[in-house]
Amino acid sequence: MSKERVIVVGGGLAGLAASVRIAEAGVPVDLFSMVPVKRSHSVCAQGGINACNEVARQQGYSEYQHFDETIYGGDYLADQHPVLEMANWAPRVIDLLDRMGVPFNRTSESNRDLRLFGGSLFKRTHFAGATTGQQLLYALDEQTRRYEAEGKVTKYEFWEFLWPVLEGEGDDRRCVGIVAQDMRTMQIRALRAGAVIMATGGCGLVFGKSTNSVICTGGAASRCYQAGAWYANAEMIQVHPTAIPGADKLRLMSESARGEGGRVWVPRKQGDTRKPTDIPEAERLYFLEEKYPAYGNLVPRDIASREIFDICVNQGMGVGGQNQVYLDLTHKDPEELDRKLGGIIEIYEKFVGDDPRKTPMRIFPGVHYSMGGMWTTYTEGAYHPDHAWGEHRPGDPTPVDTQAGRGMKHGATNNMMTNITGLYAFGEVNFAYHGATRLGANALLSCIFDGLFCGTSVVNYIQTAEPSHEPTTDIDQSVFDRVVAQEQSKADRLVATASDNPDPTDAAHNPYAIAKEMGDEMTAACTVVKAGPRMERCLAKLAQLRERYAGVRLADGAMWTNQTLSFARAVGDMLVLAEVIAQGSLARRESRGSHYRTDFPDRDDDNFMRTTVARHNPDGTHTLEFRPVRADLVRPRARTYGQKASDKKSPVTDREPASAT
Amino acid sequence: MPTTAYAHDSTAAWRRANRERALPGRTVILKIKRCDGPGKPARWESFKVPVEPGMNVIAALKHIAANPVTADATHTTPVVYDANCLEEVCGACTMVINGHARQSCSCLLDEYAPREGDTITLEPMSKFPVVRDLWVDRSRLFHALTRVKAWVPIDGTYDLGAGPKEDPASQQDRYGMSECMSCGCCLEACPQYTHEDDESKWDTSFVGAHAISQARLFNEHPTGKELKPDRLDELMTPGGVTDCGNAQNCVKACPKGIPLTESIAAIGRQVTLRAFARFFQGK
Repeated sequence: MSKERVIVVGGGLAGLAASVRIAEAGVPVDLFSMVPVKRSHSVCAQGGINACNEVARQQGYSEYQHFDETIYGGDYLADQHPVLEMANWAPRVIDLLDRMGVPFNRTSESNRDLRLFGGSLFKRTHFAGATTGQQLLYALDEQTRRYEAEGKVTKYEFWEFLWPVLEGEGDDRRCVGIVAQDMRTMQIRALRAGAVIMATGGCGLVFGKSTNSVICTGGAASRCYQAGAWYANAEMIQVHPTAIPGADKLRLMSESARGEGGRVWVPRKQGDTRKPTDIPEAERLYFLEEKYPAYGNLVPRDIASREIFDICVNQGMGVGGQNQVYLDLTHKDPEELDRKLGGIIEIYEKFVGDDPRKTPMRIFPGVHYSMGGMWTTYTEGAYHPDHAWGEHRPGDPTPVDTQAGRGMKHGATNNMMTNITGLYAFGEVNFAYHGATRLGANALLSCIFDGLFCGTSVVNYIQTAEPSHEPTTDIDQSVFDRVVAQEQSKADRLVATASDNPDPTDAAHNPYAIAKEMGDEMTAACTVVKAGPRMERCLAKLAQLRERYAGVRLADGAMWTNQTLSFARAVGDMLVLAEVIAQGSLARRESRGSHYRTDFPDRDDDNFMRTTVARHNPDGTHTLEFRPVRADLVRPRARTYGQKASDKKSPVTDREPASAT
Repeated sequence: MPTTAYAHDSTAAWRRANRERALPGRTVILKIKRCDGPGKPARWESFKVPVEPGMNVIAALKHIAANPVTADATHTTPVVYDANCLEEVCGACTMVINGHARQSCSCLLDEYAPREGDTITLEPMSKFPVVRDLWVDRSRLFHALTRVKAWVPIDGTYDLGAGPKEDPASQQDRYGMSECMSCGCCLEACPQYTHEDDESKWDTSFVGAHAISQARLFNEHPTGKELKPDRLDELMTPGGVTDCGNAQNCVKACPKGIPLTESIAAIGRQVTLRAFARFFQGK
């Protein structure tokens, strides 16, 4: 076994895949999670995981087309080499999960069943009922438990990451461990590691209510950012078109509902008060199908969300005059629905009380996923075409095969490493694969791909770069003590406010009230539709909230299992991330993918086919820089999804490609 | 206040009827059993919560966190509880509500407290040590999964081709068992599963229905069954399947409808066969 250990922060799909891959290679892993890893947010993923498969292949599909779809779906904002590698590995990832025992749905001949998903005309999504994320997470949780039983993985569950420990200056700076807090005993301590992997997921709670889980604050990513890691494309926030509004969160209604034939509609007559089942076919407006005949209800999420927003907010056509549209499965065979979508049907029944087999569901878009995240780098693979290729059509010969290392160099030590040596970011917390919009069922893939493919990079970093570094066990204790002291004093200061809190319900100082106002503001200003003046106001509001946060007072001064401390601390970090998101949204004076500006409705490749990179300054301000996208594999083209050109009222502008081809 | 008895006043029909008659704009009472930490005395606190449409117990606890004042106007601390997905797939927010263990996220106030002033009672699960308030330490539950080797012993994570083919009926069976989210409702309801703080006894105390069902799940998998002898040997030891008292509370308490009693019966048969085989092999 290696002398150096690896710390993995986060026990979702990315963190567990990394843990298993690294432990298997003989490097001991310390796995940190705020929840038992089996309860990580990955369980919420429903629809499936994409990969080229033999059925699609025989219809003209290929790994290369999966790559092309992902780039087109992401509106050309993703660096292209890593995406190619991911698409090439996808079938192998499915095979591995299959071997681990994931109960993928099966056909009558015992093959893995497939369903349609957004952004593709081919069935290339593998699924386990409508709880695919849960099933994938469980498979990896089981493998992790196996290595834990063998002593190769040590779990730190109910531990919260507080800060990375960095050593050295300039080019010598590297990450050598973390400081974390036991959420029960409140003990704060440092742990040493030869490399640290952040696999901490998204930041949905910055928007208050989202489809994300309670722990998805973005706090860990924000802390790394404040410690010097770069944050990229923060403004690229995916709003999922179909969520159930709720008092505590927005519950996802999977895209698989549409993949299995679900139709989105509103009554043609504004303010129609009839029950949906009483409205005849001819009096229903299937607005996605009318506008996008080819993809229909399966246009990518940003487009569907904007169309629903447009129908409800701009045209006032929402069901019952409210912000809701129908997602209709009532024409489907109820038994098939149970077999393929049981998980989400149960959720709708439990939380809303209606039976989606009998009555259309009422849904509205909700914040879902962060395409942006910690900036990461990689080493390009072997594929370097003479010129970038145009649109790939089904059946076209592919310009490159699927051997490992075509897109990203296999095992290169910098794959998905941040700008800080030894600090990696895997899964949703990085910005690498999804550009300006993530296609449905690509998230599970990118998480597991990162863990496996880039997990090998971490092993190589430990084993090859290690000799040139001082072993972390020899580093002076003061390097770690300094960060422990910083976090201890932050925690002590927050806890001490409880002893001087005359009115814990006073919203001015209440961390929950401050977080709610931040969420409301961010949802209003930085989601489906954005505009310069509104975002200026948002930034002013965030500045006010930061001032209020400086005077935050806790209602709990306990030194045992103090959840208020954990939340209040995260609110400060969320405010930092909120500013980066708002500033990125303001600086990107174009529309691209999920980022839609009413004042700049067109894509502007000349100026903005660039990655927004934010750096945190010591005075708390942010410096934004636009860095070129590495896009020499596929040429940008207009992202229309076959929208009928005659439709003038579209909120999505039919754009021209930046460069004539 | 009953804590473990399984006699549901909260049947589906009762909940549906409540939802129909729930009064908008009402205020309900949350009566919460609190405890500052291990070894500290428990106490009850009540909170008035104004009900918003669609509100669940989690939303009520969030309201209390932002307004930590009891019904008799005393300042207190926010209530500590475990929660994550809020969609009833992670299992974290399990607690005892009106005497029965369930997930608090899917517990709607309209279904449990439809009238003005109705009370909902929240307690921590009783079979696990309380960390603070409603948060309990369920480490023993996960330990049981290690005991029964609830995994498929694959040859590593490298690309070695596809897994075994599986017919749809078998997939549906395994999927049903694989939806277990380790929430612990089956253990809370089980008379044989008793509170055990002493970690050294976790290898000999009852593993519980969830772990037996997971053993069956992996015994059914073509590669998973390589470890079937190990699992059955473990389930023959004290705390194994023979500790089940056949109360059948577990299957009724499971929020995911997992056929736990079928699993217990199946494993019982497998253990018997294994015992015969071992007897005749002289082991």
